[in-house]
Formats: sequence, C-alpha cells, structure tokens
Amino acid sequence: MRFAAVLALLAMMAWAAGCAPREREIIVGSKSFTESVILGEVLRTLLEQAGLPTRHQRALGGTRLVYNALASGEIDAYVEYTGTLTHEIFAADSPEPPAALRERLASAGIVLAGPLGFENNYALGMPEPRAARLGIERISDLQAHPDLVLRFGNEFMERSDGWPGLRDAYGLPQQDVRGVEHDIAYRALEAGDADLTDLYTTDAEIAYYGLRTLVDDRGYFPRYRAVLLYRADLAGRAPGAVAALERILGRIGEREMTGMNAAVKLDGQAEGEVAAAFLRDALDAPVVARDEGRLDRLLRHTREHLLLVGLSLLAAILIAVPLGIVAARQPRLGQVVLGIVGIGQTIPALALLVFMVPLFGIGAGPALVALFVYSLLPIVRNTHAGVTGIPMPLIDSAVALGLPPGARLRHVELPLALPTILAGIKTAAVINVGGATLGALVGAGGYGQPILAGIRLDDTGLILEGAIPAALLAIGVQWLFERAERAVVPRGIRTRTD
Amino acid sequence: MFRLDQIVKAYDGIRALDGVTLDIAPGRTTALIGPSGCGKSTLLRLMVGLVAPESGTIEFDGRPLDAGAIPGARHRLGYVIQEGGLFPHLTARGNITLMARHLGWPTARISARVGELATLTHFPADGLDRYPGELSGGQNQRVSLMRALMHDPEVLLLDEPLGALDPMIRFELQEDLRRVFETLGKTVVLVTHDLAEAGFLGHTLVLMRDGRVVQQGSVDELMTSPADAFVDRFVRAQRSLHDAPGARP
Repeated sequence: MRFAAVLALLAMMAWAAGCAPREREIIVGSKSFTESVILGEVLRTLLEQAGLPTRHQRALGGTRLVYNALASGEIDAYVEYTGTLTHEIFAADSPEPPAALRERLASAGIVLAGPLGFENNYALGMPEPRAARLGIERISDLQAHPDLVLRFGNEFMERSDGWPGLRDAYGLPQQDVRGVEHDIAYRALEAGDADLTDLYTTDAEIAYYGLRTLVDDRGYFPRYRAVLLYRADLAGRAPGAVAALERILGRIGEREMTGMNAAVKLDGQAEGEVAAAFLRDALDAPVVARDEGRLDRLLRHTREHLLLVGLSLLAAILIAVPLGIVAARQPRLGQVVLGIVGIGQTIPALALLVFMVPLFGIGAGPALVALFVYSLLPIVRNTHAGVTGIPMPLIDSAVALGLPPGARLRHVELPLALPTILAGIKTAAVINVGGATLGALVGAGGYGQPILAGIRLDDTGLILEGAIPAALLAIGVQWLFERAERAVVPRGIRTRTD
Repeated sequence: MFRLDQIVKAYDGIRALDGVTLDIAPGRTTALIGPSGCGKSTLLRLMVGLVAPESGTIEFDGRPLDAGAIPGARHRLGYVIQEGGLFPHLTARGNITLMARHLGWPTARISARVGELATLTHFPADGLDRYPGELSGGQNQRVSLMRALMHDPEVLLLDEPLGALDPMIRFELQEDLRRVFETLGKTVVLVTHDLAEAGFLGHTLVLMRDGRVVQQGSVDELMTSPADAFVDRFVRAQRSLHDAPGARP
C-alpha cells in the first residue's frame, strides 16, 4: 500500500516536472547545434515581444528527437531544413515539391509556414593548404586519394543522405572514416589529425579554420532551405503567436545567418544577445536582450541541478530502503530484486535517458526517472548487506528479549544497518551529481547545460562554469553525508576515523 | 519448571540432540555441562524458543512450549547468549531498558529498576551511559545479566556467561553470580564446559555427550559413582594445582 503511494507520488513528480508548464507557455525547440539554438532564440524573442509567455528548450538533441517533440506536442515550434525533412523524416529518395512536403506535415498536425530566407547546405571542407597541395577542388577528386582521413559529424555519418549516400554516389574509396562530435571534427582538422569533414555552408568555421569547400560536381547534396515549423493547434491556443513567428519569414539571408553564427562561435556572444541584436537591425524592433549574467545563470543551474539530484534521491531512498529490507527478509525474492536493480545500473546513462523521453517527454521528467533508477542499486544493495550482515547472536538476543518483528526492525536492525545504508545513499548521491549533468541532453537543465554549450562553442570557460560547480557539489555532498553520519549514527557503532 | 521428553534436533542431518529427556526443578540452579558440540547450548536455545525440536515435547510450567506459547513464555524468561549479545548501538542503560521502554514502563519505574540491578550486580553507576565497546568484558557480562533480569523473569537461562573472561575476573563474577542466584532464588539453567564452575554454581549437574544426557546429579555423585567410563574420564580431566610439576604433595 505504502509502495503504491510512493510510486504514484514519483509518477506525479515526473509528470509535473516534465509536462505541467506545457499548458501555459509556448515552447520553442532547437537542435543541438549553434545555428539551431540561435534561431530558437530568435523565435523565442519574437514571441516574448508579442507578450506571450515563452520558453526555449535549447539544444534538445538530433533531428528525430526534436521533430518527434514537435509532432507529440512537447514543443510548439522550431526551425527545420527542407532537405532534412525529405530525407531524414520522410525517407524519400528524391526531393519533393514544397506543396507535397506541406501536405505531409499537415497530416501530422504541423504547419510549414515558409522559408526564413537562407539555405544551409551540406558541403565537404578541407584545410586550404592540404587541398592545394593535393590539387583537390571537386568531390570527385577525392577518388584518387584513398588514404585521406575523414571525420564527420555523427548525424552526417548515419543519415541516408549523408556519408553512405555520398560514398555510393561518388564511389569514394576512403577506409579511415569515423563519426565524431562535429565541433571536435573541426579541431581534428586544425591539429592535422584529419583531412576532411562535412560542413554547413553557413558555418562560421569555414573562414576561421581556413577551409576549402569542395565543389559538389555531381549535384549530390540536396538543398537545405531553412523553414519555420509550428503546430497546427498553436493558432487556437495562443492567438497572436503565429503572426509573431511569421514576422521572421524571408528575413534571414545567408550573410545574416553566417554573421550570427560567427558572433556566437567566434566572438563568444550569447545566442540570446545575438538574436536580439539581429531583430533590432532587421525588424527595427525595440528588443532588449535578456542578459542573465554569469551569477544568475550559475544560481539557476545550481537550483536545477539540486532539484534533479534531491528529488530523484529522495524517491530512491523511499523505495530502495524498504526494498532492501524485504530483500534481506526473503532471500529468494531478494536475489530477484537485487538482479533487477542491478540490470537498471548496467544500462548506460545515456541510453536510459533516451528510453525515458518517449515515456516522460523532454525536460526534468526523464532525467529524474533515469537518476532515480540509477540510485536504486547502491541503496538497495547496501540496505540488504547492512541488514543481513547483523551478527546472529544480536538477532537471537532481540528475539529472546521478546521484541516483536516491527520493534526489532526499528530498535535493533535498522540502527545497526544505518552506517551501511548511509554509505549506500552517499554513493548514490555522488553518482547522481555526476549523472545529472547528462540531464541537459534532454532539456532538464543543470550544470550539464553550460558544459554542453561549452563543448558546442569550444569555450573552455563555459565548460568550467558547469564542471567546477558539479565537482564542488559532489565534494560537498560527500562532506555533508559524513557530517550526517556523525550526527545520526550512535557513538557505539561509529567507524573510528576521528 | 521445564519438562523435556525424547527431544530430537538435527542440523543438516546431524543430531545435535538425540532423545533428551530432562526435568528442570524450579527454584534451583541446573548446570548443563559437557564437551564442545555435546548439544548443551542447543538445549538452552530450545527452552527459549529460538529453535524448535524435530520430535519430542517440551513443557514450560506444565504447558507445552509451542509457537503459540513462546511469546508469552519469553516474558517469564531471561536469556543471556554466549558473548553477551549486547547491542553495540545502545548504551548499557539502553540495552537494559530496551524491552521495558517498548512495553511502555513509566520512566521512574525503569530508573528505579536499573538502580536495583546495578546494586545487585555490583555494576558501577557511571558505566550505565557507556557503550558496550567502551566497557570491559566483565562489565559487559554484568550488563547482559541486568538486561535478562530487567523484567524480573521466573527463569534465567545463561549460555556460557563467563566463557571469554580472563581467570581473575571470571573468579570474581562466579562469586557474584552465586550471590545473585541465592538472593533471587530463581530457576536458573546455566551452560558451561567447566566442571568446577558447574559445581560451584549449580545444585544439579547434567552431563551431556553427543546429544544425550549421560548422568545427572551433584558433583559428588558424578565423582564417586560415575555412570560410565566417559563420566569418569570427564571428571578426572580437570587439572588442579597439585598437578603442576614441582608442586608439593
């Protein structure tokens, strides 16, 4: 009965954290690369300008995740590319006319409002000196150089219109081809560890790293025209939202987009500032960038991180301690329980997060559930070990005294197992502080957000802004639990460390 | 007080008790004695209901000691396990008063009873708020005894209460135990492997071997008319100072 209540509470918590704000706010999404985040900020700013409560779920993930979030109503709008829609989402072989695309999207409850203005096509890039030395200008020139090292962004590596299609279309012979985080591919080019990568034609890095874009002489790459997508039900839910969003149609050219990318990636400006500055110029709108400041940002991340760790740990304690006691009392059931929570622990954190997205949506929900699952094993195992490790003569003494089972648990078994149980909770808490940084991948916020943004922008300062507080928090949690142990564990069974 | 009839108890197919029939007289001290593994501790655990016999019957105060009767019987029994079995997370006082607090005794009654027991067992008052880990072995045995006596049971069951103590403290505690038994006049069943101790504390000795009772009687009876060669050997196997090389005859 009590278990059921706790489970219900947990489900409600995940629901509240993941889904509740959807009814009030308009949620803009973006994919996890800089241009998409900037465009997300542009959309958010436009909606806020119109006086609508808005939130931007930044850098949610790859195309699939963000598109599905739009289709299922997790988010309300984002900027997509026509080539991606055709090849990645609808898996069509040839480009479709805009009308057909519009129709397909409409049947999924999504409106294709129109193009923003610029195209961001795929291209291949090579460091200029190397390309010049080998005499490579066109993609078909690559056929004569099978030893080249190719490093592509993970998404390009996998999607049908990416490397597999390109290789077949040109008959490319290279063997050393791997997918990496795209920003890392640029740095590999710079360090001379790789020769070639995929580019987007609006990338700020083309000029920065001195890359030559190879001519697509067989016209392989489809055209990626940036288009605004929003949910068909948005107009009904938030009057004025559609008009606000559509102000951007046709207003962002290639030059503007490349300029904004460079301002973020090369000059280190915040996406929000860059978007605001652009809207001021382009629409002549009196937009003030909502500049959060480093301290405010740090406080927000701390709050989000503590919430993730605290809630998931609390739920895990409420479930795992009774589970550990039951496992200790019923050895056969205990083996099953330990086996199941053990399996939970073996699922990679990232995979667990991704499994949770279809069930709990994006945001804090899936992160809380994943962290909860991760916290179970150390606490269940230590509770089990603590209770089964009590010397038999002590149990016999308690039984012979005439203490009934409940009183025995409360007065003898739990107090004796307490140091072991606390050690399990401490382990879970410290693991959770680290694990919660991954929550940023599904929009849960926390210290992972500056870390991910820092990797994306190649900004060490930003990475440290997440990494240092996370490390300090882990140490702090460890210290706090040691203090707690001294406070609640009686002197008689304290480990002698002082 | 206890009546055991044809008790059999086996662990993993090996019979720890192999048909024990025994009467424990009320108001007397009975010492169960014998070599290691003879079944004397198992017999005591049976009386406090920690183990159940495979066959045979056990009666406590005229009524069968079955699963239904055990919880009630435990309030009339005090048990001291080997090595004392004190809870390390509770102070001496916490150990002694745990059950009384669970039963909701008034505080005044609890502290008065603890005071009585400390006087009876010669336990220093300032030791009451120490943890078992901070007390000596002898003092811990006194705490175990106080815990068993707290609810003033009719029967006291002691399993090797002085087993792990050094000789001087053991000697002193034997004196104290005898005085306590005489003062209280309770039914006492005591397990020991030391014949001198059994003779010093017990009115009746029960000598066991391989899960059976070999002989029952006073020390004198065991020495003067041993039931068989084993009893004779067991009685003779006790060293005295006269055996020391160079001792005067």
